[in-house]
Amino acid sequence: MDIRSQISVVFHLDKCIGCHTCSVACKNVWTDRKGAEYMWWNNVETKPGTGYPTQWENQEEYKGGWVKKGKKITLKGAGKLQGFKNIFHNPNLPTIDDYYEPWTYRYEDLFNAPEGDDQPTARPISLLTGKNMEIKAGPNWDDDLGGSPDYARKDPNLKDMAKIEQDALFQVEKMVMFYLPRICNHCLNPSCLAACPSGAIYKRGEDGVVLINQNRCRAWRMCVTACPYKKTYYNWSTGKSEKCILCYPRLETGQAPACMHSCVGRIRYLGVMLYDADRIHEIAAAEESDLVDLQREMILDPFDPRVIEKAQENGVHFSVIEHAQRSPVYRFVKEWKMALPLHPEYRTLPMLFYVPPLVPIMGSSEGDLYDTDSEDLFTTIEKSRLPVQYLASLFTAGNQGQIREVLKKMIAVRLYRREVTVGDIGKEYMEQHLREAGLDEKTAEAIYRLTSLANFEDRFVIPANHREEAIAALDTEFEKKGATGFGFRMKPERGM
Amino acid sequence: MKDYLLFVVFPYVSVAVMLVVSWLRYVYFRHQFTSLSSEFLESKELFWGSVPWHYGILFVLLGHLVAFMFPREILVWNQIPLRLLILEVTALVFGLMALVGIILLIIRRVTHPRIRHVTSTMDIVVLLVLLLQVATGVGIAVFYRWGSSWYAASLVPYLRSLFVFKPNVEYIVGMPLLIKIHVLSAFSIIGLLSFTRLIHFLVIPINYLWRPYQLVIWNWDRKKIRKAPRSQ
Repeated sequence: MDIRSQISVVFHLDKCIGCHTCSVACKNVWTDRKGAEYMWWNNVETKPGTGYPTQWENQEEYKGGWVKKGKKITLKGAGKLQGFKNIFHNPNLPTIDDYYEPWTYRYEDLFNAPEGDDQPTARPISLLTGKNMEIKAGPNWDDDLGGSPDYARKDPNLKDMAKIEQDALFQVEKMVMFYLPRICNHCLNPSCLAACPSGAIYKRGEDGVVLINQNRCRAWRMCVTACPYKKTYYNWSTGKSEKCILCYPRLETGQAPACMHSCVGRIRYLGVMLYDADRIHEIAAAEESDLVDLQREMILDPFDPRVIEKAQENGVHFSVIEHAQRSPVYRFVKEWKMALPLHPEYRTLPMLFYVPPLVPIMGSSEGDLYDTDSEDLFTTIEKSRLPVQYLASLFTAGNQGQIREVLKKMIAVRLYRREVTVGDIGKEYMEQHLREAGLDEKTAEAIYRLTSLANFEDRFVIPANHREEAIAALDTEFEKKGATGFGFRMKPERGM
Repeated sequence: MKDYLLFVVFPYVSVAVMLVVSWLRYVYFRHQFTSLSSEFLESKELFWGSVPWHYGILFVLLGHLVAFMFPREILVWNQIPLRLLILEVTALVFGLMALVGIILLIIRRVTHPRIRHVTSTMDIVVLLVLLLQVATGVGIAVFYRWGSSWYAASLVPYLRSLFVFKPNVEYIVGMPLLIKIHVLSAFSIIGLLSFTRLIHFLVIPINYLWRPYQLVIWNWDRKKIRKAPRSQ
């Protein structure tokens, strides 16, 4: 057993209101500069929809992630031989038009326009060329367009659904959408890392954050292809790839990452989980239907004395284990089995988990009458507007049973709270639902509390990062005392 | 004296500049070591330029290197006319590939507005010198035939004399002008290398072939920590 700790995240989609505060917080802190204008390390997509970059889930085009070949896995669109073959021209690299051409406006025209009869306008100019441009796409261009033919209909997750089911999804009365916020998953088996020819990308041993060493990146661009989530971005100005750094300078000082700190809906949870690194290869190459369960199995119980002992032997500090015991992520993912990885079939073992959204029928229309019947407020999964098959395509590699399990729990918790607060549905009815979902009242209460009432310190359980041990690794901590640092202090400028 | 300056001093200065500046940049400005790929801004035209250019120039460079290292073996190989012909034709095909590639790359760089925006003066300089180099190379292959033989017999001794620090310009002074230009522009490319994006040539990520796929970096010494007494 090789026990390591990993900073992991849960996004509770049932609570996401799609306000993009996370995206803006991240943009302001990290990517508001030349070459990075188009990058949204954190973005929020409307689903069903094509996402950002357009159709990123279509791996037939972008060739991201791993594929199983026999008992092993190989990179789909990169790797040792394929990487060198494609190094002079990478046919699977998205270009900036797959994202959007960044622009600003000629604001000074508003002030300098001569007096006249019409309003002065600020024309858009391209941030690539500085020339006038016509805006064809932008960040969240498909925002809220859940039923649109251009976006929703082209969602790659619909490809396994029958035409008639798809049509049902897009009837005006049944139109449905939800938000999918995405950041880097800081995977256990990252394909961006495996694809990097220069070895610039690495995973931090202590907390599992995946980073790109800007000094070693040489613009071979294989990471952009290999990441199936398209969460590494190529900076066209500096000639370096960049990605979400999980705000590690904030984490190291005990603060939540900017996107999570600013989350208005409080949908984000962050904590550590202990896992067995010896099992990464075996589990990444497992059968597709087993991926979710096995990844959950790899995560270890931080209360198990044997796990604690082995973890400490491996250098995991006791304070980290203590934090793992209080981790909200552990509860959602492992204890309650309510949070699922996004597209586990990419086999990168993503460590960002999603509680799927429950989209109940709130009303029905018959003829001209739009009826909102509170009887149906707590509906069954089968009557849910969002097909289980669609969610299964996103979160369980097509396994609808696993989605049903989660939704059952969410409905049961709602019924439990209805019984506690209003008391109009009958204790028996509520208990039956709890039983079917495999919950008891105590667990239901705990889920309710962490879902709805969680305070800041309940949502973010961040262990100290123990820099003192990092310094000790250099063996000469006394020499370092009072000396200057030796960090990277260059401006990220374009090379010659 | 002029020949000595051009064919002895200049090559040594170029190589020295390349070594020293690349080393300095690697140590102090490693952030600038990048191929500065522009594929992200324009991909289609790049394919027709970059792929023939790189395969062409790599094969031709390899040919030059092999002849430099094994001139006798090349001469022996070339004794049979058919073999000589095969070698010459292959080299010419790859040379033409490189020529077409570099021309397409220049056109792309000049005409495409997005690419123009990320083009520095040195990018243009380096493209023009490379064009000169490849054009003279192809010209030599056409006008001074059987270069694989006479290069091994007459030019390699000059290059080797530089390599062992016993410079001898005898071999080069009598060469035709086209060949002299080719040699001089070759050394100017070496001199320019460390000031341009060509620097990516020095950091070809060959160790990717044998490194493990995953890379984990620890902030602490894992072995030491495993042996140390438990902290509680």
